[in-house]
This record gives sequence, structure tokens and C-alpha cells, in this order.
Amino acid sequence: MVSDDDVERLYRKLKEDAESAGYHLNPDRSFVMGIVRGLLTNKERFGYMACPCRLPSGVREEDLDIICPCDYRDQDLTEYGACYCALYVSERVAKGLDELRPVPERRGSKPSPQKQTGEAKITGLSKPVWRCRVCGYLCARDEPPEVCPICKASRERFERFM
Amino acid sequence: MGKVHVDGQDAGDVTLYALSTCMWCKKTRDLLSKLGVGHDYVYVDLTSGAERAGLIDELRRFNPDLTFPTLVVNGKVIIGYREKEIKSALGVM
Ligand code: SF4
Repeated sequence: MVSDDDVERLYRKLKEDAESAGYHLNPDRSFVMGIVRGLLTNKERFGYMACPCRLPSGVREEDLDIICPCDYRDQDLTEYGACYCALYVSERVAKGLDELRPVPERRGSKPSPQKQTGEAKITGLSKPVWRCRVCGYLCARDEPPEVCPICKASRERFERFM
Repeated sequence: MGKVHVDGQDAGDVTLYALSTCMWCKKTRDLLSKLGVGHDYVYVDLTSGAERAGLIDELRRFNPDLTFPTLVVNGKVIIGYREKEIKSALGVM
């Protein structure tokens, strides 16, 4: 069972991480607490925080794109002002300037962002360039970072970009 | 845990396919209770094995993308929490 303390702790961490990176949590606190509880429930069930609004397979490799924050969050924020679960919202929604509206499921309907980015053919770079599939952060180093400094996604969510 | 029946006013066949972790599913359930409409709901994430497979087959016929919440009101399919559409399908404007 997920305790209220655990929910509160993760909520604070997510809020702090979001704000420090230019993201916004949904201002509806009780709604967000429910999502955070769902994330922790999935962590207990599967060992990773699969998206609470999607049915995970339970196999980490297959669910990588829906580990929160999912690969679809940023596109949905831009297009609909919220992520699929409405844990994250755009600045306008956070400020109450735009209303929250249902976000259609992006996963599966179009090729996933994983497959959209081909490796650019630029030669002579002194280091490979890695791209975070969640937030698009780029860095030039031998290996991707353990954790994305912007969106906190884990190393396995990076792809070779150049 | 399979389908659970919630008593209420008869609006015909009302079935909600939901996930126990999803807040839009919770909002849909809360709306149905608030409206006092009799319905069945099922938390697909809490099922396994043959029961899960059966439910997935059933849901696929209404919503091939298998997304949640999916509400079926007398054959009319409403995907996602859409308060107005749900009310009009139930005939409670
Ligand atoms: S960012 Fe993606 S995984 Fe996380 S809550 Fe939102 S939709 Fe679900």
C-alpha cells in the first residue's frame, strides 16, 4: 500500500523538479495527488512509474515510452496544454487562462518519437551527441548522463542524435 | 476483481472500462455516482490471465486503441472523460 506520506513526498519532488525546469503541475491539487498515488502504485506493481492512465504491459522495455514523464508529454503540452493524464499542464492552463481539455492518446497512433529521429550524418564531431527522447535535451559526451538534468528521465531514455 | 455493479436509476446498458490508477476514470465513476445511474464498472488493471484477455477483447470491439476510460452507453462509445457527451448519452442534460 502507498502511504499518504509517500504521496506527499513524491508530489513535492515532482513539483520542485517541474518548476526548476520550466514545467508546471496541474494546480488542482487533489487531482494531482490522485495521479501521484497512481504513479507510486505502479512503481509498487511493476518496479517503475508507468503512466497511471495507460495499461502497462509490465515489461519495462515495452513500457519505456510510458514511464513518467512519458515520451509524449511535451508534444501534448504544446498541442493540448496538458499531458495525457493532466499531471503536467502548460503555463496558460496553470494560470487558469486556458481550460483543461481531454487529450487524445498519442501512443500507438503515430510512430513513437523513438523512431522519428534518424541519426544525422555529420562527421568529424569529437564526441557523440545524445538526445533525451522525453524533453529533447542534447549533450555531447561519450555516454548519455545517468539522469537527464532537465526532465530527470533515466539514461535508457536517451538516443544517439549525431 | 471483475465487473462490479453499481445500483441506480435504469439507463439501459452502461459499462465503464477503467483503470484503478487513472484520475479521469475516477472522475467518470464519480460522475456516474453523482447522476445516480445504475452501471457496471471494471478495473482492467486489476484483472489478469483469461479474465483480462476476455475484457481486452470486449473493449477492443468498442475502442480499438484500448484507452481508458471507455464508457459504453447502450452501444454508444465515449472515450475519455467528456462530461457533456456522457450526460447526453445517459439522457440527463
Ligand atoms: S507525463 Fe505522461 S506518463 Fe506522466 S502522468 Fe503525464 S501522461 Fe502520464
